[in-house]
Amino acid sequence: MTTEPKKNPPLGRVIVITSGKGGVGKTTSSAAISAALAKQGFRTVVIDFDVGLRNLDMTMGCERRVVFDFINVIQGDAKLKQALIKDKRVDTLSILPTSQTRDKDALTKEGVEKVLNELKAEFDYIVCDSPAGIEHGAQMAMHFADEAVVVTNPEVSSVRDSDRVLGLLSSQTKRAETEGAEPIKAQVLITRYDQERVDRGEMMTVDDVLEILAVPLLGVVPESKAILKASNVGTPVVLDGPSAAAQAYEDAVSRLTGTQVEMRIVGERRPGLFQRLFGRAS
Amino acid sequence: MSLFSFVRKQRPSQTAQTAKDRLQILLAHERSTSGVAEADYLPMLQRDIVAAIRKHVPIGEKDVEVRMERGDQMSSLEINIELPQASSSQAG
Repeated sequence: MTTEPKKNPPLGRVIVITSGKGGVGKTTSSAAISAALAKQGFRTVVIDFDVGLRNLDMTMGCERRVVFDFINVIQGDAKLKQALIKDKRVDTLSILPTSQTRDKDALTKEGVEKVLNELKAEFDYIVCDSPAGIEHGAQMAMHFADEAVVVTNPEVSSVRDSDRVLGLLSSQTKRAETEGAEPIKAQVLITRYDQERVDRGEMMTVDDVLEILAVPLLGVVPESKAILKASNVGTPVVLDGPSAAAQAYEDAVSRLTGTQVEMRIVGERRPGLFQRLFGRAS
Repeated sequence: MSLFSFVRKQRPSQTAQTAKDRLQILLAHERSTSGVAEADYLPMLQRDIVAAIRKHVPIGEKDVEVRMERGDQMSSLEINIELPQASSSQAG
C-alpha cells in the first residue's frame, strides 16, 4: 500500500499502549493502531518494550526479518536504521523489535530516551507496546509518553489494573515529574466487548467502565474472530480485510489524530433466525 | 443454542452490576492510599502490640493476630491476643 506521506516536519508524538493486566490485547492493539496511523499517511514506528518475550514481530508478521533490535541500539551495538524494519504492506510503517534473549534491565531510562528522541526526528507517531505488569519494562514504556492508550477488558481484574496504571501514568512519568508540563493524555480502549452479553447483564457496559476509570473513551473493540485470524497470519487486523474489529480500530485511530468520529459499537453479525434454530458452533 | 433450547433457558444472572459494585468499593480504598497497599502497616502494628504486651505478660510473636475486614460503610480491625495459660507460665 502506498500512502501519501506527510511532508511536514514530524509530529514526534509518543503513545504508550498499556494495561497492567496481561492478555487484554496490548500487542494486538499496538499493531492495529500503528498500522491504522500509517494507513492514514502518518510516519509511524511501533516499538516492542516486552524485552525477553518478544511478540510484536509475530503479530506484525516480520519475525523472520529481525536482525538487530531495540536493545542492540540502546547499547550501541547497532544503528537505529539497521534495527528498524520497514513494513512491506504500508510504506509509512516501521517496526522496532525487542530482544528475545536479554533482560528487562537492559532498558535504561537514558537509552530509551535517546532512541525515542532519534525517532521523534523522523516519525509522526511512536507507538510503544508495553509489557504487562507495572514493573521496570512497563515503566520504561510509559515514561516518555505524551499520550496513553489504556487497553481494558470489561472484566474486574482488568479494570482494577487499568486503574492502577492510570495512577502510575499521572505520577511516575516524565510529564508527571516535570513542573508545568501538561499531564499525559490518557484514554481507555475497551476491547473484547460483547454487546450480547452486555444486553443480558453478564458484562459491564462501556458506561460502567468509564464511570469507574473516569477517563475519556478512545474506542470500543468488539470481541471478534477477525483478531485471531489476523494474528495467525501476522497481519494487523486493520490490514486484514473488513471486520468489526478493524472498523473499531480505524475509528479509534481517527479520534487519536483529532478527527471527530461518532462512537459506534459495532458487533459481529448476529446469527440469523435459521442459525439460531438449527444450532451453530459454540 | 439449538432448536427448543430456549425452553430450558435460565433467567439471566445480572452479574455485571455485581462486578461494578465490587470494583467501585475496592478502588475507592485503593485510590485513597495512592497505590500503597492499605494493610502495609499491619505487620508493624502487630510487632508494636507484641512489644507493648511483653512488658507485662510473656507472649510469643505468634500470639497476636491482627485481622482487617474492609466494608462498604465501615472497616473493622480485629486484634486477638492469646495469653499464656496460668499452668504453662513458669514462675521466675
